[in-house]
Amino acid sequence: MEFKDLFYYPFILGAIYLFGVVIWRFTKWFIGLSKIDKIRVRIGLFSKKTLKSIWESIREGLLHRNVFRNNKLLGYMHMSLAFGWFLLIVVGHFEASSYHGSMFFPFQHSVFFRYYVTDNVDFPGHVFFAYAMEILLFFVLSGVMLAYFKRFRSKAFGMKRTTRMRYGDRIGLTALWLIFPMRFLCETFTAGVYHNGSPIFNNIGDAFASLGNLEPWLNPLWLTYSIVLGVFFVALPYTRYMHIPAEINLIFLRNWGVTLKERRVNTYTLAQVYSCSRCGICIDACQLNLAGIKNSQSVYVLKNIRNKNLTDEVLFNCLICGKCQEACPVGIDVNKLRITQRIETTRQYNSSYDYLKTSEAKKTDIVYFAGCMTHLTPAIKKSMLQILDAAGENYWFMDENKAPCCGRPLMTAGQFDAAQKLIDTNTKMILDSGAKKLLVTCPICYKVFKEDYTLPNVEVVHHSEYILDLVKQGKITLKASDKNVVYHDPCELGRGSGIYDQPRELLSQSVTVKPIAHEREKALCCGGSLSNLKISMDERSVLSAQVMNEFASYNPDYVVTSCPLCKKTFAKTDILPVKDLAEVVVENLTPRS
Amino acid sequence: MDFGFSTLEARSIDFDKFDGRILRYVLQYEPSLLVCLSCGGCTATCSAGNLTDFNIRRLQLMLRRGEVENLQTEINKCMLCGKCLLVCPRGVNLRNVVMLIKKALVHFKNQEN
Amino acid sequence: MNNIVIIGGGIAGVETACTLAESGNRVTIIERTGDIGGKLNRWYCLFPDFKKADEIKKYLKERIAKFDIELKLNSEVDKAERNGDQWYIYTGNVRYTADAVVIATGYELFDATRKEELGYKIYDNVITQGDLEDKFRAGDFKTTFGENPKRVAIVHCVGSRDEKCHNLYCSKVCCVTGVKQAIELSKFLPETQIFCYYMDLRMYDKHFEELYRTAQEHHNIQFIRGRVSEVSQTPDHRLAIKTEDTLSGRPMKMKLDMLVLLAGMDTKKHNKKVSELFDVEREESGFLKSKDFHIGAGILSQKGVFAAGCCISPMSIKETIENARSSAVQINQYLKTL
Repeated sequence: MEFKDLFYYPFILGAIYLFGVVIWRFTKWFIGLSKIDKIRVRIGLFSKKTLKSIWESIREGLLHRNVFRNNKLLGYMHMSLAFGWFLLIVVGHFEASSYHGSMFFPFQHSVFFRYYVTDNVDFPGHVFFAYAMEILLFFVLSGVMLAYFKRFRSKAFGMKRTTRMRYGDRIGLTALWLIFPMRFLCETFTAGVYHNGSPIFNNIGDAFASLGNLEPWLNPLWLTYSIVLGVFFVALPYTRYMHIPAEINLIFLRNWGVTLKERRVNTYTLAQVYSCSRCGICIDACQLNLAGIKNSQSVYVLKNIRNKNLTDEVLFNCLICGKCQEACPVGIDVNKLRITQRIETTRQYNSSYDYLKTSEAKKTDIVYFAGCMTHLTPAIKKSMLQILDAAGENYWFMDENKAPCCGRPLMTAGQFDAAQKLIDTNTKMILDSGAKKLLVTCPICYKVFKEDYTLPNVEVVHHSEYILDLVKQGKITLKASDKNVVYHDPCELGRGSGIYDQPRELLSQSVTVKPIAHEREKALCCGGSLSNLKISMDERSVLSAQVMNEFASYNPDYVVTSCPLCKKTFAKTDILPVKDLAEVVVENLTPRS
Repeated sequence: MDFGFSTLEARSIDFDKFDGRILRYVLQYEPSLLVCLSCGGCTATCSAGNLTDFNIRRLQLMLRRGEVENLQTEINKCMLCGKCLLVCPRGVNLRNVVMLIKKALVHFKNQEN
Repeated sequence: MNNIVIIGGGIAGVETACTLAESGNRVTIIERTGDIGGKLNRWYCLFPDFKKADEIKKYLKERIAKFDIELKLNSEVDKAERNGDQWYIYTGNVRYTADAVVIATGYELFDATRKEELGYKIYDNVITQGDLEDKFRAGDFKTTFGENPKRVAIVHCVGSRDEKCHNLYCSKVCCVTGVKQAIELSKFLPETQIFCYYMDLRMYDKHFEELYRTAQEHHNIQFIRGRVSEVSQTPDHRLAIKTEDTLSGRPMKMKLDMLVLLAGMDTKKHNKKVSELFDVEREESGFLKSKDFHIGAGILSQKGVFAAGCCISPMSIKETIENARSSAVQINQYLKTL
């Protein structure tokens, strides 16, 4: 057999292997989904959701819009590599089709087109294709250059850090880095000998030819190109580049409605884990860096799950503030993913809380549940009670003396089974009261009451919503003051529950809320999060001081938040006075005439 | 609280029978436990302690004295609410201590079997 | 004759000034408030012998009158510059030249509102030891209900020995202050039940331990080893505290009419200012950093700048007087080298 019948085998075998592994994985992931999720997929398959997924795959998998939004240079790098390569394949296929006069021909004929077609044949569009393919190759090469550059100087990408690599990743990365320069050399050298390119490559080829005879180089180069492609394809499933097919798969599954709601580690976890491109955007979004914690960011956790070496030290060293999830261009549900892992690792040691007994509920319209944290911030508790009294509301202070915790701190620690007992006990008390509203002054409680309790006909309200409602109904009136404040969005209330406007609207009745850099979806965590079980107090202090110093740069009269834990955490820094919404309201309450 | 002894019987802490496995396990991952000065702030504010016979300060002290009987029953009463964390004058990361004790108990039980 | 500027006219400032004037220096005191004496002016009786604070004040007044010391009241240092061995101290539009400067800015009572869970300025009848001294001076202990308190709790270590306010140090004198105040209160109100909630009782100096014993023996003060970590209000507007009686190993609840917080000594804020003015080092605790703990107390990291009193470490009045005199000796030695 001749060289031309053999050289493409590394490529073909690699490609077959890759497709085999990817299809096997996708099948395995689908089979491992829960029954409900499988039904969701079956229903979704022939709906608009599939079309939406196709569009999203193009937008995110090829164009990388979300990366662009985060960082233009990084977006261009990803886009030129992905979209450029995709176009090379597609346009290359059309070029070969035009040459063969048929859509059907051996696959290698399009990939190694310039190897096979060295004589100057005239086929429809050959000039266009020659130019197009070469320009596309330059486009991809520009991305590769940026990738080299990023490895060595990630700061230029507005990124402080880049991900650390393992051995397998290095092979994949090296192969990927070599693919397009090799193709460039193959095609220009070939053009130098046969003039089978556009004038661009022909001239470059001539330049190379002036250095010596190129012909002996051709076969080794094309073989190397084929090998590099083959190596990349074989390595791909075992490196981060698995994200290329996995992300597309994830987009479809997500749009069809597959979720981690069942809170079991299933194959959807893997479908997400493999979709991580390790772009490193989550590392920069993470505040823990400031405290010198550099191994527990989402990208590392996903990697650890994939490599089956996730430790509790890494898993539990996370504030679950949601900043990385907000920033993730792939839209991986990292918070749920992490909590699911926590459930898994702590499953063996849940508690039963047999001592819990429900005490008698008082019949009322509104149940006020202060929560554990609010009991350590008596100013919030007192203000809330004052507001309830001022509005003349009929309420019952459910945990004035005692009540179980809401259960959320247990849940973020993975102790879902344990939390259920607390949830059941509190649910019974709340329902027994016959209340229509459950008022909470703590966003941690708010989130769990809203999402994990079953409270038919009971509206769960955070005090920011509730007080705003009182103002709108005219039950209380607030006067204006000349104070300037900065409002801090608590993670559980903002990113966690989507409540951004109500606190601001309420505050604007009495004070001026200054806009700041990190607010709403971009708000920073106070550092006090209970979801992190590993962080030390000193490390927490570093985070809170950073946030408070940012607030101080706006020269507010004081900082307002709407979470007792944020308040206590910030107060510890002693940088600026901190108040809860309820306190600001009480200060500006006009007595009823 | 039932630590496996009653005040009626004379029972001293026997340091020579010190069972330090769980303690060492916990300290390995959460050394902040070392600085506890037994002020009782955690127990005072404890949400679980408000509902049942549960004394987290005493529990960790007993652990440090090598007394691990009934540890499992006791430690499981914690609701992980985090109030202890907010009042501790020494900054002991008590929630992690609780989780580590729970984990250590399972860990050593599995080892024995 | 050397010129010396002393910043702060409290006990440390005045005693240092007088000792230096005695040895022939020309001394100026720059004092922020309208009078000398500092925190002493608020106190009624002193531990361990219940001497009236006013007697110490009288001593300071008489002593300062003996010398030609310039007392610049109601003034703060705006700027300080060093030129070789000379210091220029600016206050308002006056400039003083000094061969040596003494920082004697003392301390502030820890801002108890920072311990929100203790309810200071949130609930009525939660006061600090400073507020209680005001009551001793006024001789009126009525709560906001207009009655004398039937039960009072005194909480030790508020803002000291507490990672939650980044004050890891012990303020040292609050323990004995609490015991003194408990006895004093029981003398005024013999029917009142008084409890001291402590983590450790540090009766470090002569007569302090005896004072503790007296409190138990003659005044029925009850000492409970446990940190108060939650204060709330009962429906009848009394105070309720949560603690653990660590010696019996059980959580404890108590209703009260008055809660006294023994706020620690805090120097973070004003020592920050003074350390920036003179470019001297501070410790993480906020106290000014002495050259050596054992043999260099009061000698700071800047040439010609010394310190005396509570700005370098928590001190009792007795220790402050001693420290002021020893600083004066060190300054005289320094002046001889110029």
